Amino acid sequence: MEPSGRVFVTVGTTSFDALIRIVDSNEFQDVLLSRGYSSLRLQIGRGTYLPQITTRERDDDHHRLRVDYFTFAPNLGEQLSSADLVISHAGSGSIFETLRAGKPLVVVINEDLMDNHQCELAEELARNRFLICAKPSTLVAAVKAMELGTLLPYPRSSPAALVAALDKFLG
Amino acid sequence: MEDWFPLFCGAALGLVLWRLLVVYAFTGKPRAPGSRAFKTLVVLGSGGHTAEMLNVVEMLRPERYSPRIYLAAASDNMSLPRARAAEEKSSSAATLVGARHYLQIYRSREVGQSYLTSVVTTLMAIAHALWVVFRIRPDVVLCNGPGTCLPVCVAAFLLKVLGLKWATLVYVESIARVQKLSLTGLILYRLHAMDLFYVQWPQLKERFPRSLYVGRLM
Repeated sequence: MEPSGRVFVTVGTTSFDALIRIVDSNEFQDVLLSRGYSSLRLQIGRGTYLPQITTRERDDDHHRLRVDYFTFAPNLGEQLSSADLVISHAGSGSIFETLRAGKPLVVVINEDLMDNHQCELAEELARNRFLICAKPSTLVAAVKAMELGTLLPYPRSSPAALVAALDKFLG
Repeated sequence: MEDWFPLFCGAALGLVLWRLLVVYAFTGKPRAPGSRAFKTLVVLGSGGHTAEMLNVVEMLRPERYSPRIYLAAASDNMSLPRARAAEEKSSSAATLVGARHYLQIYRSREVGQSYLTSVVTTLMAIAHALWVVFRIRPDVVLCNGPGTCLPVCVAAFLLKVLGLKWATLVYVESIARVQKLSLTGLILYRLHAMDLFYVQWPQLKERFPRSLYVGRLM
């Protein structure tokens, strides 16, 4: 059980209604409740689907999940740092910001995108066990089955080597 | 008089081919040492591309890579303010005076634009990029896709062929490309146009042996 468990869902500057619909479903929120999470905050970007559920309560023990949403924020850093689990679209900006913040991350691939090269990145990082990769249709099962303890910390990299090589090249 | 015409054309063609050979022979060869400053053209590709590029630019020595000219697509109203904010944060006011410029250029193709109209807009983008690059005549061009940087690189390469300015052309493929190069990356790689062509995953380095891998940017 995750203590206090805050879940943050972000779609960046995109619209990803397929993801927002799933996390707004009773089925998904029951999984979050069963894993002990107590709040769900959604950043919905340019999406047109607005979440319907504001609170989900479990019948047997009245354990509650509070749900709210917003479209954009100038700085997602605060949201990320207060989250215990991040569910994100596959944009590299969101992915690396979350990994740098050291938060467990489930990346959801947007299958509606034509040139979907971004799943390459998410799948490679998932192979290295830095994050969990899902599709909208598999998200519920993925969150149900996820074992956050098996994720590895992402080794932070920097452009220093590239800049040094450029400096050397220019003489 | 008319007899001279084919001769003239032949000579001009020969000259261009010879210049092309010279440029290819020296592409990717390190520059002679010297401690001067480099007029640096930074092409910002919007979104994640801009974030990755600013990550690199942040580590460049402010006085060595100066002046700097930032280019972004006309439809992108986020990148130049981000670049400006990053510059103001990392450099002293004295280094910045008159040494940082921010320009917009036409974009070859918007996401979802049809291929037919793309041809026209690409030609316009190339013409505009030529004009901008000819005026700036940079020592270093830094870019990392997407399409916006293609006409800029072609223009800078043309400047080399014409002998007007020798720029060092640097491309960094996006971290999102693990198995395949982006279309822009692939074109620039196949043209042998870049002096330094970086990828961020060892898998790509294996497939494209002329590329360079020195770790990831993030």
